Amino acid sequence: MTTEPNIKLTGVAKIYGTTPAVKAVDLAVAPGECLALVGHNGAGKSTLIKMVLGLVQPSSGEISVMGLDPQAPGFHALRKDIGFLPEQVLFQNNMTGRETLSFYARLKGAPLDSLDDLFHKVDLFAAADQRISTYSKGMRQRLGLAQALIGSPKLLILDEPTSGLDPVSRQNVYGIINAAKRDGATVLISSHALTELDARIDRVAILSRGDLVALGRIADLRRNIGLASDVTLRAAPDVMAKLAQHFDGVYSPDHFINGTAILPCAPDQKVDFLRELVDLNLELSDIVVHDPSLEEVFMAYSRGAGGEKSHG
Amino acid sequence: MDKIWTLLAKEARDGFRNRWVVMITLVMTGLALTLSLLGSAPTGSTSVNPLAVTVVSLSSLSIFFIPLIALLLAYDSVVGEAERGTLTLLLVHPVRRTQVIIGKFLGHGFLLSVAILIGYGVAGLTIALTNETGFAEQQWGSFSRLLLSSVLLGAVFLAIGYMISAWVRERGMAAALAIGVWLLFVLLYDMGLLALLAADGDGALSGGLVKGLMLVNPTDSYRMFNLTGSQDTALLSGMAGLSADHRVADSSLLLIMGLWVVVPLTTACAIFNRRQL
Repeated sequence: MTTEPNIKLTGVAKIYGTTPAVKAVDLAVAPGECLALVGHNGAGKSTLIKMVLGLVQPSSGEISVMGLDPQAPGFHALRKDIGFLPEQVLFQNNMTGRETLSFYARLKGAPLDSLDDLFHKVDLFAAADQRISTYSKGMRQRLGLAQALIGSPKLLILDEPTSGLDPVSRQNVYGIINAAKRDGATVLISSHALTELDARIDRVAILSRGDLVALGRIADLRRNIGLASDVTLRAAPDVMAKLAQHFDGVYSPDHFINGTAILPCAPDQKVDFLRELVDLNLELSDIVVHDPSLEEVFMAYSRGAGGEKSHG
Repeated sequence: MDKIWTLLAKEARDGFRNRWVVMITLVMTGLALTLSLLGSAPTGSTSVNPLAVTVVSLSSLSIFFIPLIALLLAYDSVVGEAERGTLTLLLVHPVRRTQVIIGKFLGHGFLLSVAILIGYGVAGLTIALTNETGFAEQQWGSFSRLLLSSVLLGAVFLAIGYMISAWVRERGMAAALAIGVWLLFVLLYDMGLLALLAADGDGALSGGLVKGLMLVNPTDSYRMFNLTGSQDTALLSGMAGLSADHRVADSSLLLIMGLWVVVPLTTACAIFNRRQL
């Protein structure tokens, strides 16, 4: 696999009028890699995607997609290798799923006999020849996904791919993304569904008001921002009292009032802390260790300050 | 070229699928038949060719109706797709924006042509077949001119509609502008010209200037093209009194209408090419 990134942004900024939508973003995504763009509404995700697709011209900075500037005249020829699922797309109700995909396949110059496979992939084969007006919201979303997969794209850009999907279909979407990655495609997804992204993506880019505030693996981001894990203990009141006594000076007694104690713990002290607990040899009814989710990491980064939850 | 064909075919299929063509064809046929049958009644047994009466009636109908349906078809073409989110998707594909405009324009032009040819064709055939004048002696020349120029008139207003649609950001705005354009070209422009003539009691305006001003309006060019097209139509529409030097050559009239297609369509492409999504 080549190391040349499929998407490379250098100091890319976009200003609408006087409002900056994206501020000096540097980013590179390699073939076979999946990067998630995460951010609030209006954080600049859509603008960034549109710049990568060549639909919006950046105010400054350089973009290279599959080796070319999306604004360059020659980029046109590369578009057949891009698959895109817009955030919201209303396909024409009076066309069938197959007619819709055929239209886009013709524009891409992709063979029409590959469409059956795509319908199978997104589990829409049975409904392929029905009009889109009969489709449910989830089916429409899956049709959009199938559309993005036409012509086995080298660059797959999915804006909110799992919105409106049931858990089984969501799972299927991540299966499709993984298959695309295995084929060497670069996958760029934008999502609000932070909790489900956690285990499934290689890296995240967190955008906040146009700034790229964090970029990296979720585990690394978690560590860098110093977010604590939570250790939840359940026990009878008398055991709680003993715990309060033991951790006197470390955790305030308020933690142990009810039958459940939630104790923040720095990630690097987690194992030692658990060992200490076990060594106490108390009658605990339950122990749950909860690492900060992508959502919490995201919240911490978008507040612009980390480590608010600290030991003690 | 095959991209344009793909886009054209999709627009055409949409038009048939949502029954737009059927509706408009029925309306056109109904109106054309009514006007033709009513129009031919008073001529009785004069020597005027009945199909010529039909041409005069239908060209008046066209001036109101064809710009309206062309604008209704076109105003939504770009801005509607933008609102549904399909425009972004379309432009991510290897298709140029100019191809999008041309392809959709040709598709819409095809739909409009089908409606006009069937609607007017049915009316023309009915008149020709139900009349004492022999089928072959009918003024088919004038009638063909009517069909051809009606399609051209439709193309003019499609092109103007595309310009509006490529320019504005909201469908409502596009619809309002389309109605405005219709009012301007079909009603207000000629009223303005009349007012100008009425105010100009001492004849300071030259005939050439007034004629020039009038023909700038594509609907007036269309009217002129059809009404002065033959002895019969000119006689029927009161155009027979025009002296030869006030006649305008067919080629000039067609050129004016042709320019009204090419210029707005080129402008629509230019605007669309610079449109931020």
